[in-house]
Amino acid sequence: MSRTHVTCVLNGDPIDFLCNDYQTLLSVLRDELGMIGTKEGCGTGDCGACSVILDGQLVCSCLVFGPEVEGRSIETIEGMADGQHLHPLQESFLEGAAFQCGVCTPGFLVAAKALLDRNPTPTETEVRYGVAGNLCRCTGYDKIVRSILDAASRMSNPQTHKEAT
Amino acid sequence: MARIFFPTSLQQLTGGTEECEIEASTVRELFARLEERFPGIREQVASAAVAIDGDVVPGALLEPLDPDSEVHFLPAISGG
Amino acid sequence: MTTTRTGYKWVGTRPVRHDGLDKVTGRARFGADYATAGMLHGVVLRSPHPHAHIVAIDFSDALAVPGVKAIITGADLPDLSDEFGTGSEGGINFRDLSRNILARDKVLYEGHPVAAVAAVTLRIAQQAAEMIEVEYEVLPAVLSMEHAMEDDAPVLHDDLYTLGLDSPPERPSNISRRRVIARGDLDAGWEEADVVVEREYTTKAVHQGYIEPHAVVAETGEDGRSTLWCSSQGHFAMRTYTTKVLGWEPGDMKVIPAEIGGGFGGKTTIYLEPLAALLSRRAGRAVKMVMTRSEVFRATGPTSGSVMRIKMGARRDGKLVAAIAWMAYEAGAFPGSPIGPGVMTVLAPYDIPNVLIEGFDVVLNKPKVAAYRAPGAPMAAFAAESVVDELAEKLGMDPIELRIRNAVTEGVRAVYGPKYRKIGFVETLEEARDHPHYSAPLGPWQGRGVASGYWFNFGGETTATVSINEDGTAVVMSGCPDIGGTRAALAQMAAEELGIDVHRIEPVVADTHSIGYNDMTGGSRVAFAVGIAVVDASRQLIEDMCSRAALIWDVPREEVEWVDGRAQSVTGAAAPLTLEELASGSANTGGPLSATVTVNPRGAGAGFSTQICDVEVDPDTGLVTVLRYTVVQDAGRAIHPDYVEGQMQGGAVQGIGWALNEEYIFDRDGVMENPGFLDYRMPVASDLPMIDTVIVEVPNPDHPYGVRGVGETGIIPPMAAVANAVYAATGKRMQDLPMSPVRVLEALSGD
Repeated sequence: MSRTHVTCVLNGDPIDFLCNDYQTLLSVLRDELGMIGTKEGCGTGDCGACSVILDGQLVCSCLVFGPEVEGRSIETIEGMADGQHLHPLQESFLEGAAFQCGVCTPGFLVAAKALLDRNPTPTETEVRYGVAGNLCRCTGYDKIVRSILDAASRMSNPQTHKEAT
Repeated sequence: MARIFFPTSLQQLTGGTEECEIEASTVRELFARLEERFPGIREQVASAAVAIDGDVVPGALLEPLDPDSEVHFLPAISGG
Repeated sequence: MTTTRTGYKWVGTRPVRHDGLDKVTGRARFGADYATAGMLHGVVLRSPHPHAHIVAIDFSDALAVPGVKAIITGADLPDLSDEFGTGSEGGINFRDLSRNILARDKVLYEGHPVAAVAAVTLRIAQQAAEMIEVEYEVLPAVLSMEHAMEDDAPVLHDDLYTLGLDSPPERPSNISRRRVIARGDLDAGWEEADVVVEREYTTKAVHQGYIEPHAVVAETGEDGRSTLWCSSQGHFAMRTYTTKVLGWEPGDMKVIPAEIGGGFGGKTTIYLEPLAALLSRRAGRAVKMVMTRSEVFRATGPTSGSVMRIKMGARRDGKLVAAIAWMAYEAGAFPGSPIGPGVMTVLAPYDIPNVLIEGFDVVLNKPKVAAYRAPGAPMAAFAAESVVDELAEKLGMDPIELRIRNAVTEGVRAVYGPKYRKIGFVETLEEARDHPHYSAPLGPWQGRGVASGYWFNFGGETTATVSINEDGTAVVMSGCPDIGGTRAALAQMAAEELGIDVHRIEPVVADTHSIGYNDMTGGSRVAFAVGIAVVDASRQLIEDMCSRAALIWDVPREEVEWVDGRAQSVTGAAAPLTLEELASGSANTGGPLSATVTVNPRGAGAGFSTQICDVEVDPDTGLVTVLRYTVVQDAGRAIHPDYVEGQMQGGAVQGIGWALNEEYIFDRDGVMENPGFLDYRMPVASDLPMIDTVIVEVPNPDHPYGVRGVGETGIIPPMAAVANAVYAATGKRMQDLPMSPVRVLEALSGD
């Protein structure tokens, strides 16, 4: 079976890869590109562990085929920090103890980023619906929701935050 | 003398006795004394969890008993 | 209320966890994140039938597929005798374990493994598995406990005779064991009772629901020695179990722990590990196996469905005087439900003089259950705490006051025998009663419920090593996988002892060849038992370092004390020696600074939790929404309060899912109808409010900082708390879980 050559942008960098037509974007990321930060929890789009941002849109990478990303832009957990600087969401998740086992964490961070990209000052309810497609079995979501609200507040008041720390 | 309590499941072997007092300085000695009094019981108690004075003791065979210790035999538990 | 004793620098604080950075950047490696060059991919062929004889298996065509390297069936595993090892749910029968890994003559549930295939790609392995021809003789399936316990029910195991009956059984049955706890004089108890409530309750099998599916990579060398990379709650146990099932030597296998993506008890046993190891040996290549979510649902976990009848009587003054509990738990295809802890915990929070508890372990054609957070206790508490709530109502008493009046305290004899040591049950009840939540106003179709729960907690075999690096930093090594922040807690305890910054300590989870044996991360044991070992090792190091300072200063040992990470002369005769100075000069004072401690500690403090739940019920749809929720729990001492709160919140939300949504649904042929997260509906963020927590600290006298296990107790009260709240909102007692909209609507239309 011949493999498809795909060119796309991954975390800002132009890349290309070969994949089988039946291969999901999740499988491409993990098995072809070695980017294991994106997790598989169900393979059916129900848990959000494989969340990535595709052309600004939050998607489950297990529901996208590899060849579909031709010419498109993908953001994964590996691209979230800016060099040595963590994204405010990553910082707030660390400081707010927003994870226990951590396997759902990359998906939550990506989903939360997609939410804040679109709505920088969400209410608690908006946060809860914004990550309703992501399952966490450890935390009961309390500290995740608080940490996302905290990050939103840091990002919209960077000055206040800097003074506070 | 240590005070020994038998769960319902062991009372067939003890002839209905629910508790008794036995002179023993370790759990191993207790098992031997129990076997003398209630033949066949050692095998049963050896596979149970042993609680001494309210505390389940893992690998209790060599554990010392105080003269006023209370000993219970429980189903083994660990947890999730 | 976190009453952290002043004077601790690290214990009771909330440092960023040491493994945190890897987990927010995607660098942490979980079970499925391992790969080796040239590895094969393995898949499992599973039974489509819940109950059938395997007449023949023909895999010759499958083996001939190019790229297929090995195929194994039950015939490739040694048959083990009934032999029990320690494990989850209080013992593991290796004969059954082996037969659950690969079926022999019979398949016992839909999803039961029949064969395993390794091939150069996953796709080839899957295609080859489909080509394996299995001839089944289908047998009538036993799918409910009522059916399983009937005299003429089809029998799953013709060598299974009920243990614990008054007279020895004459023929095999599906009841593997009867457990009885009795005390007092029931007739006298009922005589004394002014109010009696008797009800029947049912709960469905529910899954642990960890987000990470089971995964393993196995590599077996030409010398027969093998390495496993896998995620589990205990890599030493994985090695013991895997080598036992294969008939290999434990010393020939190294297990390297991956980060574990949730376990909750479900990763205390093996499924794929021996298959991957054996396929690897057959093929001479590494083999990776990862379950699909459907396989996780159909063939791992869950915990038992149950049927329970509870009768309780109280005097007019609120004193509970008599109780009967009849309980039957589904074990799945092989014996071993958590009925033992079920019968022991069902009435454990209360001091009741006259009691009869009878429990049954029942096999049926469903997946073999695995441990799930406080195994056996949550369903029991659903029944008992619902009855307590109803008694309070009939007595016209506040339900918390009724509980306080009957609560067990230190020195009271537990219903299962021993006397309680230092416990904090009453404290949780008082905190709940005095919490603003308990008196907040409610609207129409809203109601409030409370419930309590008890769990034993566990100690277990433990090894820990603390070593000082030449720069004065330290490594704390244990062998217990960190599922929820235990690395941070262990580092905090070491930092407190050594007197150094917690982030100058690196906590490590070491593999089976790098540290002595450790029992699993289970039974809420790590902060307790490993904590004791880490504290002991740190104190040994301090003693060692003080001796070395005495040597350097040429003074008696008594003239040296350890203060703030430095050896100090009590006379002030010499300048203090820092950890760094002592470590860098250790060659001259006796060699490296390192201490290893092994323990098997007694005294895991019992845990109690009391929880308050507010719900609103939609009378048109039957939907129950949790509006407000408060968890009060005795942690003994919270080392890292964030992760203690996290355990309380996570346990409560799993319980809320158990109460409202989650259940295994089988069709009439015994095939699971909802083996995915879409139809097996676990709570999501938009289903829930914030989960408030109150950490009560009644220190455990048997731990240097007073720690009690906190991981499990939180899941015990929620089902009854929710049911009692639904009653308060609707006037309907919900006796069957889950309280899904359909069931609630049915109850509401019963007027």
